Amino acid sequence: MLLNQFLLLAAVLFCIGVYGVLTRRNGVMVLMSIELILNAVNINLIAFGTYLSDATGQAFALFIIAVAAAEVGVGLAIVLMLFRNRRSIDIDAVDQLKG
Amino acid sequence: MSVLAVTEVLVAQNIAFAIIALGVVVAGVRLVTTENVVHAALWLVVVLAGIAGLYILLAAEFTAIVQVLVYIGAIVVLFLFGIMLTRARLGEGETVNERMRIPALVIAVAMFGLMAYSLWGYFGSTELEVVGRSTAELGQTTAQVADSLFLTYLIPFEVVSVLLLAALTGAIVLARRD
Repeated sequence: MLLNQFLLLAAVLFCIGVYGVLTRRNGVMVLMSIELILNAVNINLIAFGTYLSDATGQAFALFIIAVAAAEVGVGLAIVLMLFRNRRSIDIDAVDQLKG
Repeated sequence: MSVLAVTEVLVAQNIAFAIIALGVVVAGVRLVTTENVVHAALWLVVVLAGIAGLYILLAAEFTAIVQVLVYIGAIVVLFLFGIMLTRARLGEGETVNERMRIPALVIAVAMFGLMAYSLWGYFGSTELEVVGRSTAELGQTTAQVADSLFLTYLIPFEVVSVLLLAALTGAIVLARRD
């Protein structure tokens, strides 16, 4: 197996995630696209960890998984607040702070 | 390695990689394009399971198990609860921002082109030598991960635990109805 196989697959997933973040209007869908991006990073970390025969890659991937869990918890709470106050989770409509 | 020759293992690994990669990419594309939010969450399960399979191919067994437990077991359930609690009436307006579709596609393809160009230029056909080497030789056993996590990265580990506590407390405060 080539190292690049994994790196290129991670790059594809990352770009799919970026596309999702930019196009989706549903707040929950944006969070799911962010998960895709974080997972692409994890593939890179694990691939380099195995390539360099080092457990650090896995340790950092575990940190990212923990941070992703925290991010989803807070993100969904914010989306929930948004829904409760506006009866909609269209993030394009949240522009009160626009100058 | 006594039963199969090295090249046979390599072929088997490449076939497994191709199947998983195809599944992950198709599921990822469906995830960001499907109109139904619940279907998107189920496509996310396919992507996450495929990535767990990739971790197994890379000999990172502990992270693969954590991926299944935390992502598929906890985060996807959290997403489904989020979808349930914020159910926007189905068929009420499109969920995709049509105005952004073309620019987003251009940005995504350009980013992939840049990354593919630089990755291929730098790593080229660097071989990932996993065949015939034990997990311990690759430094990926659970014991080695534990050594890394609880010796070298002990303080970041404790900081992450405090971060999780703060984030979950914050989530409860935000979501509480009062």
